[in-house]
Amino acid sequence: MREFAYRRTSRIDEALHLVARHEGARFLAGGTNLVDLMKAGVESPARLVDIRSLTLDEIGETPDGGLVLGATATNSAVAADPRVRGRYPALSQAILLGASGQLRNMATVGGNLLQRTRCAYFTDTSEPCNRRVPGSGCPAIDGAHHNHAILGWTRHCVATHPSDMAVPLIAFDAVVRYEALDGPGAIPLSEFYLPVGDRPDRETALPDGALITAVTVPAVKAAGRSRYRKVRERASYAFATVSVAAALDVRDGVVQDVRLALGGVASRPWRARLAESALRGGPLTAERISAAADVELAAAEPLRDNAYKVTLARNLIEAVVTELAADTGEESNG
Amino acid sequence: MTDNGRGEIETRSEISLRVNDVDYRVAVDNRRTLLDAVRDDLGLTGTKKGCDHGQCGACTVLLGGRRVLSCLTLAVAAEGAAVTTVEGLAGDGELRPIQEAFVRLDGFQCGFCTPGQLCSAVGMLAEHAAGWPSAVTRDGSPERTPELTEEEIRERMSGNLCRCSAYPSIVRAILEASAREAVAG
Repeated sequence: MREFAYRRTSRIDEALHLVARHEGARFLAGGTNLVDLMKAGVESPARLVDIRSLTLDEIGETPDGGLVLGATATNSAVAADPRVRGRYPALSQAILLGASGQLRNMATVGGNLLQRTRCAYFTDTSEPCNRRVPGSGCPAIDGAHHNHAILGWTRHCVATHPSDMAVPLIAFDAVVRYEALDGPGAIPLSEFYLPVGDRPDRETALPDGALITAVTVPAVKAAGRSRYRKVRERASYAFATVSVAAALDVRDGVVQDVRLALGGVASRPWRARLAESALRGGPLTAERISAAADVELAAAEPLRDNAYKVTLARNLIEAVVTELAADTGEESNG
Repeated sequence: MTDNGRGEIETRSEISLRVNDVDYRVAVDNRRTLLDAVRDDLGLTGTKKGCDHGQCGACTVLLGGRRVLSCLTLAVAAEGAAVTTVEGLAGDGELRPIQEAFVRLDGFQCGFCTPGQLCSAVGMLAEHAAGWPSAVTRDGSPERTPELTEEEIRERMSGNLCRCSAYPSIVRAILEASAREAVAG
């Protein structure tokens, strides 16, 4: 590990200046991903600015009935919060289905969004990787890629984003709030992760040196009946092969609102807007649910060894939407 | 701290660590993890280094009463928080209920993962007592504390691997000790 300087501050402006003034400076919160990547030599910051003394760990209300999740609120705190569990159950479930109890006690809201892919080539510095060393190549395309992307990838990178938490957040139209030296800003989570393109090393739209202060989740009626389901290679404590967050509001047999997002299928949490459009405004029948899954996955381009994910994603969408329909007493008929 | 006044970057820190209610003053390289600091600087070798990458749970300690992985915690970042290692679990020569149950019910074979299992179990029981749900908690009521079943314990302890696979006995020991731990807690 490269040597680094360490500073702790309780003031946002000081944290911003400390990072802006020093080349290679990074914010440190839970450290669950950053410290591990520093050990692997993937990250080598010259300075860490510890932001856990900033009072950014509150979970509060927004005027419109939504929630503000402070950037340094732990994953555990968000998952256990009665308001999160009551209004956005899929968010609590997604967090609880990720990592372990110890990691959730350390990991934070902001850090969860900014965590890096777990692609084995990314974390192995003896291998090429366009995400780690731009232009060096992507060995996963012809290599071990059974758990890689099926949607939105390019020949420059086929890695997936590992976050569970971000999947329901993107379904609920969450917004990332930040502070920068030139003032505060906000980015919808749907625009936060950049398309892979030819520069997979450029991962987010967060301006250089900006500090995530909170994630706001608007009031979403459908979210009160939402669900997160995750398929993984062991029963607990593993990243998703495919996961789905879904929320459903059906009245008088007509879909008023539906939210669908997939995890484990792309370089970012994948909002399934085509499937949502196919379901919204119509009756909830088995045929329509099936057709919605198909229209979303029509764009899937599986690699040699991960075509199973297309079927899995399709089955998960069908299963979770059908379960939610049963929950709401609006059984899919036919 | 950082700049030493000569424009050089300071990569070492003199820090205070409070471990098992004892204050220590140590000078550490900023790269030092809490795990290496308690083992090598403080001589508290009960905490074990398994994978050193946050995947096995052997290094679990309590930080401010919450279970964390000491291999992914920088020692400098732990300054000011109360650390409890396995050496701090027992009181005055008396094993804590969870420790006694691990011994009596064979909650281990080789014992390497045991300090992490014990610290994790103590932290887990506190989380459960606080009403935190787990991924297998079925009742959706945010107000009610879920019953601590074997299924709940297995899920909540999934961050602690045991290569001897003593899991059934670990689950039994935690379940059996949970009521007495709540009193001791």
